Amino acid sequence: MLVYTGKRLVLALLVAFTISVLSFSLLFLAGDPAAAIAGETATDQEIERIRTMFGFDRPIWLQYLEWVGRAIQGDFGRSYYFGMPVTELILSRIPVTLTLAGSAMAFALILGIPMGVIAALYPNSIIDRVALTIAVCGQALPSFWFALMLIVLFGFMIPILPPSGSESWQHFIMPTVVLGYYATPSLMRLTRTGMLEVLSADYIRTARAKGLFPRTVLFKHALRNAVIPVVSVAAVEFGFMLGGSIVIETVFALHGTGYLAWESIRRADFPTVQALILVFSLFYVVLTFVSDLLNAWLDPRIRVA
Amino acid sequence: MSRILEVENLRVDIPLESGTLHAVRDISFHVDKGETLCIVGESGCGKSLTSLALMGLLPTKAIRTANRLTLGGRDLGTLNETQMADIRGSRMAMIFQEPMTSLNPAYTIGNQLAEAMLRHRKVNPNEARERAIYLLEKVGITAAASRLGQYPHQLSGGLRQRVMIAMALMCGPDLILADEPTTALDVTIQAQILHLLANLQKEFEMGLVLITHDLGIVARVAHRVAVMYAGQIVEEGTVEDIFRRPMHPYTQGLLRCIPIPGKTARGAHLGSIPGMVPSLIGDLKGCAFANRCPHAFSDCNTTDVALREASGGQRYRCLLSQEAAEQNAREAATA
Ligand SMILES: Nc1ncnc2c1ncn2[C@@H]1O[C@H](COP(=O)(O)OP(=O)(O)O)[C@@H](O)[C@H]1O
Ligand code: SF4
Ligand SMILES: [Mg+2]
Repeated sequence: MLVYTGKRLVLALLVAFTISVLSFSLLFLAGDPAAAIAGETATDQEIERIRTMFGFDRPIWLQYLEWVGRAIQGDFGRSYYFGMPVTELILSRIPVTLTLAGSAMAFALILGIPMGVIAALYPNSIIDRVALTIAVCGQALPSFWFALMLIVLFGFMIPILPPSGSESWQHFIMPTVVLGYYATPSLMRLTRTGMLEVLSADYIRTARAKGLFPRTVLFKHALRNAVIPVVSVAAVEFGFMLGGSIVIETVFALHGTGYLAWESIRRADFPTVQALILVFSLFYVVLTFVSDLLNAWLDPRIRVA
Repeated sequence: MSRILEVENLRVDIPLESGTLHAVRDISFHVDKGETLCIVGESGCGKSLTSLALMGLLPTKAIRTANRLTLGGRDLGTLNETQMADIRGSRMAMIFQEPMTSLNPAYTIGNQLAEAMLRHRKVNPNEARERAIYLLEKVGITAAASRLGQYPHQLSGGLRQRVMIAMALMCGPDLILADEPTTALDVTIQAQILHLLANLQKEFEMGLVLITHDLGIVARVAHRVAVMYAGQIVEEGTVEDIFRRPMHPYTQGLLRCIPIPGKTARGAHLGSIPGMVPSLIGDLKGCAFANRCPHAFSDCNTTDVALREASGGQRYRCLLSQEAAEQNAREAATA
């Protein structure tokens, strides 16, 4: 298990390094950063002054090393727009995004796994059909439209929920439902297929032959094995949720990192965008790492790999 | 001798689109305390479904009926699923054909061994652990205590089957059902495992229903033998009777290559008999074996054949008289 963890960790670090190069390069791929900062009306002289002031005239590898050096210490420079340190800016927004993604994931799991289990226990029954219909609809509805429908319905027609902002937990209900709803179908279907497969496994027959209670057979012996693939997908879905939070946070005006990313791209606030890309990517890396460990914990056969 | 298992007119029907498949057709047998009953027969003749029917583990669409189905005098036919679960793994346990897939990959051997005992007996985890170690040693696994923390994928097929045997013994059952427990294993290990099972059966004085293809093993470990063909028992009797004087033409065919107990090669398989097994869907007319039987005559295709009892208690399902059958047995043995 220790060797396995070590291997996964090295892999995660390599991915993190690659991402840092990419996110740094973004600054230059997007065009001349000095010109962008100076604005459309600036003279060539002003642009040059900004170039030397920000150090854009020095070799790129040196700039990269400096950037990484500072980034490791948590210093991503100052936001061009807010003027405050990017780190402080992002840290103030992360809780909102994590709360949203976390509650959306919980929503999706709490809905998806039981529905998948029930659908597998009664295949082709009415329950299975209803679950399948919900799943198909979930994949077909555009999220912003669903979000707007909810806002119209519960924000204005039956005004029981605040339509925008991030001040209270009530503000998170609708965004959670919208964001979580999209992960539910895949988790549900994966649970259903996994359960159907596992329930016909020989070791389930063994468990029943031991006279174990149906709930022990179902939860201890079947579900544990059926959720192994669900864990990997849930981790990926969680990553998508962080990405999807850009749309959802914008629609619901939730002041999280997604909303910040959207604003910063519009304002050509490069240090903020760079840092956000790195932060988002590190989320993915950490998620993959955690899901690998979870998988190894759930499936002992992986641990030797 | 006390009777552990009694089965009378057990039927298993599976409704299919093309009609009802009568997989097990009115079979009757019994097992006494400390007795080994071997069930032999070609694959597809209903051996597995018979054992699953006794355990109450049939596929959901299969329908079980029986005039009598008792374990230690207790009527299993009237039990609901919960009451049946109380008996499974406790009074009666089963060992399956596929050791590689019969253990849950996610839990340790120790966990899976202890679980049946914790379910059925009032013991604490430590006592269950002690019993698991004791039984692992009994089934010939070395360093038993350290095996408890291992996962199934860390063990070979032979070891896993030993674990399955230990698992079946956890609650000290009265009856063990073993469905071809060695078919999936290496030939060199097969005999070891079967002897182990036979020895444990003796030591713990359990009833054992052993389903096997290995007639050499049958000759060594069985007290009584039931020969199945197309869902029916076509012959049943003591191992001596069956091997010395097989009355049914099918049994004679099976034994053609190995007629004498004690002289049979290890791992010897059923002799192959030319012809096809009749379809099990719908009703059979006449003798099920008629299309393959070397002694068939015209009545065999039209008359329903009941089990008849030969002198000495051996039962066989054939229209031939005892004298004619014995004559055929002698000819088969010398052929
Ligand atoms: N789940 C099932 N559905 C339909 N037919 C089945 C099922 N299980 C077994 N059968 C049929 O029942 C018959 C007996 O099967 P089985 O008891 O497994 O035979 P054996 O163990 O003697 O090889 C076979 O013809 C088989 O095809
Ligand atoms: S009844 Fe006829 S066909 Fe059937 S086994 Fe006897 S002789 Fe052969
Ligand atoms: Mg079988």
